[in-house]
Amino acid sequence: MSEQKMPSMDPFDRGACEETIHELYHFLDGELTETRRKEIEYHLDHCEPCVHIVSFESELRRVIADRCREKVPQKLRDKIAQLINHELDASESGS
Amino acid sequence: MADPKHFSEDAMIHADSLYAAALRMTRNRSDAEDLLQETYLKAFRAYDRFEEGTYIKAWLYRILTNTYINSYRAKKRRPEETDVEDVGELYLYRQINALERSGLARSAEDVALDLFTDDQIKESLESLPENYRYAVLLADVEGFSYKEIAEITGVPVGTVMSRLSRGRAALQKSLAGYVQERALVKAEK
Repeated sequence: MSEQKMPSMDPFDRGACEETIHELYHFLDGELTETRRKEIEYHLDHCEPCVHIVSFESELRRVIADRCREKVPQKLRDKIAQLINHELDASESGS
Repeated sequence: MADPKHFSEDAMIHADSLYAAALRMTRNRSDAEDLLQETYLKAFRAYDRFEEGTYIKAWLYRILTNTYINSYRAKKRRPEETDVEDVGELYLYRQINALERSGLARSAEDVALDLFTDDQIKESLESLPENYRYAVLLADVEGFSYKEIAEITGVPVGTVMSRLSRGRAALQKSLAGYVQERALVKAEK
């Protein structure tokens, strides 16, 4: 019987699923160390339930990003361009 | 030293993204337009101090953040909650799975795409308290790293991670509300 359970990415170890879920966001955020990322990828190569979860969270994030896109109205773009040109003119005339 | 004549070329490509952030934060089209103008004006005036070769998008967001805090946070139009309930991991996934088992939804992955309207997603994000909302927006909509978000918002990386964790959970809880509505409607048919 082991005294200290080392984290294992053994696909048949339920602890590995828990760890994967727990680190899911760091994984999707690309904020894990190279080693850790590979361990989780290894687990995902062998664990369908976890793949479903990661795939869902990844897709959800993509949907959120897509649906929150906006386009600046042309009038507003023009207004901003005007403001900047005004500043440029003012600085060129040495005021 | 960055040349002011290059400003528009370098900075305007991020206008759509900054505008989206302004809309989510002010929750008001008129304020968002003012915020965007002010941000670009401030950015132009500070451009000579911008370090070429560094990430201009993060720099612009830093200016947006400061402009927002100074000019808009004070005149909030709705009362602001400051904390979120901790609902744990995979809230939305678990909920959709439960519905799937009772025949009220298709598989979770197919569902994410079809389940929510644009407005529901925007409203869910906008329902989050400010600090959580901004962190989630910067990470999930704009793809900034934890370190970049820490620099943009002026808080430690640990705080960023905590806000993201709770903010995302709260967002899922909010989205889950819409799923429930649809499931109830479907069940009634």
